[in-house]
Amino acid sequence: MSIAAALGAAALRNKLSIKQAETHGMSQRGGDVVSHMRISDKPIHSDLIPTGGADMILSVEPLEALRYLPFLSPKGYVVTNTTPFKNIKNYPEEQSIMDQLNKLPHVITIDADKMAADMNAKRSSNIIMLGAAAPFLDMSYQSFEDGIRDIFGRKGDDVVTMNLDALKAGFDFSMKNKK
Amino acid sequence: MQKLLLGAEAVAQGAIDGGMSGVYAYPGTPSTEITEYIQGSPIARERKIHSMWSANEKTAMEAALGMSYAGKRSMACMKHVGMNVAADCFMNASITGVNGGMLVVAADDPSMHSSQNEQDSRFYAKFAMIPVLEPSSQQECYDMTYNGFDLSEKYNVPVMVRITTRIAHSRAGINQLAMKAENEMSLPKNPTQFVLLPAIARKNYKKLLAIQEDLVKASEESPWNKYFEGADKSKGIIACGIAYNYFRENFPEETCPYPVIKVSQYPLPRKMINKLAAEVDEIIVLEDGYPIVEELLKGYLEKEAVRGRLDGTLPRDGELNPGLVAAAFGFKVEAGLAIPELVVGRPPAMCTGCSHIDVYTALNVAIEKYGKGRVFADIGCYTLGALPPYNAINSCVDMGASITMAKGAADSGLVPAVAVIGDSTFTHSGMTGLIDAVLGKAPITIIISDNESTSMTGGQDSSAVGLIENICLAVGVEPEHLHVLLPLKKNHDEMVEIISRELAYDGVSVIIPRRECIQKAVRRKKTEAKLKK
Repeated sequence: MSIAAALGAAALRNKLSIKQAETHGMSQRGGDVVSHMRISDKPIHSDLIPTGGADMILSVEPLEALRYLPFLSPKGYVVTNTTPFKNIKNYPEEQSIMDQLNKLPHVITIDADKMAADMNAKRSSNIIMLGAAAPFLDMSYQSFEDGIRDIFGRKGDDVVTMNLDALKAGFDFSMKNKK
Repeated sequence: MQKLLLGAEAVAQGAIDGGMSGVYAYPGTPSTEITEYIQGSPIARERKIHSMWSANEKTAMEAALGMSYAGKRSMACMKHVGMNVAADCFMNASITGVNGGMLVVAADDPSMHSSQNEQDSRFYAKFAMIPVLEPSSQQECYDMTYNGFDLSEKYNVPVMVRITTRIAHSRAGINQLAMKAENEMSLPKNPTQFVLLPAIARKNYKKLLAIQEDLVKASEESPWNKYFEGADKSKGIIACGIAYNYFRENFPEETCPYPVIKVSQYPLPRKMINKLAAEVDEIIVLEDGYPIVEELLKGYLEKEAVRGRLDGTLPRDGELNPGLVAAAFGFKVEAGLAIPELVVGRPPAMCTGCSHIDVYTALNVAIEKYGKGRVFADIGCYTLGALPPYNAINSCVDMGASITMAKGAADSGLVPAVAVIGDSTFTHSGMTGLIDAVLGKAPITIIISDNESTSMTGGQDSSAVGLIENICLAVGVEPEHLHVLLPLKKNHDEMVEIISRELAYDGVSVIIPRRECIQKAVRRKKTEAKLKK
């Protein structure tokens, strides 16, 4: 949800309309949670994205990326972290998840947890994911940077710099690996 | 600049800016964020707007009515099933009427994302014969609470604001209006207005009946109800609340050939409905929740060509979405990619380290020799004990039902019977049932699994903290059958032993395993660490 908040801040900064439907309540006890995010220069009607209508699935977990495929538009991108979160006994075999992901026409798989650890910024893996999503969203890179400054500004310059670096690392990864 | 708010938060901000003096509520998804937002609002703090949690929805509704009696603007917020708890006060509040404006926010949960049913609160408003405001956007969430107090004061009745999960938990940009002053305290002009003795109640009821036409007229003139002309008269559309968005997703204003009514204020705007019925061949009703409007228009004799959830044009249950509405008009719905077969479900579960886990692990061992099917649970995180690997409970019905259902089952011979209830649920509605159990000397064991928090809804303060033992003793639980345990793995054997002993006791036993909610403990430690810095 922090990703969605950063995206929302970036969108408002660009004077765009946004709607962002979240999951609260019982599912937050370890269940699957999803946010529908819509950004437009026109008024947005539905809070929910129609099936086959999402330009991107941005997932912080590989199995969860697959769960929402019915929402993805044929031209849409899947951008997902590859670090699994295994809180269920019957979690599928990791390689078969990767195989399914790699079958998709437009996909970015990124080990954001490892990348964050390598950068000594363990808590910034979600910002790496946001950076990885940035090339596919019709907003300037600058507005994402400003969004980061908005959200982390009161935590001090070090935190801001760390997250800006994380954003850049994710962004560069996608630019290099996009098809 | 616009403010990015959840629908629930927009309701809260609208109420603050609309001159509200107090919100009364019990946490419940999807209504919780309304009160939390007010609790966190600096301007609400500055104005000393009341926002402390109530013990349950009935006490919340009554306190809100009391504030209205004293001339100030009040709001009661709850999830849809909370309306059942508060219904006694709610139904009579439409007969007393109000003094200061009073809003009742009912947050419905179609599709039961986090609830045990999907009842539609508009029924309650119709039952009580009061207006309903049903926002279709976050901006309307704001505007309606901001202006709703005026409506309530103008017609001297409480006004319901009905939201659903999807709007409550969706964010959008909001434009704020100028902040209004709070009402001064003032007594009702008529000193017997709130005294519902039969003779007075009959008079008040006639007044309520007499304003019904005025309420219809108010709906006809409401800025939130709108008639859109259309050249193609083969169909007419009535779209209520958030369903209007799903309709517009498929038919933007400029491309829609049919006449459309957007309904966001009830009772239904009769003139608009009559106009539509006169000019179109058939009417399609889009409403999220129960087919209330559809049923009303169709009638028992089904004379009108009205389509919707009742004839299968839309599914009878579950929340609407853009695809379902598209299909109702015969549009091709993009299916998207299939979910690969390997994708398994990820159901919610109790957190690692949760005290409820230690409780169920011990209970399962202690109860084994009596056989399955005798554990009546309640509503909270511990309801997840119904799922594997615990499979520990056999019921979850309504707040407080664990104790009373266990008593009823024990009365019919299911001995021992066990109740599992959380601390907050106990003070919400469990303690009255405990009195029944004690007076009836019921052979039941009540486990109050106390994590000192209202956790399922996000760790709000529990009214029960520091009170439970005293409540139990005061209503007559025998001190030797009241135990407080520390639910930890290392205490497993001791817990099994005490539960076993009390299961064998022919009377009421209360066992209180107490350990702070693990989520709350983490948050508390973080805050404490911050303060130390």
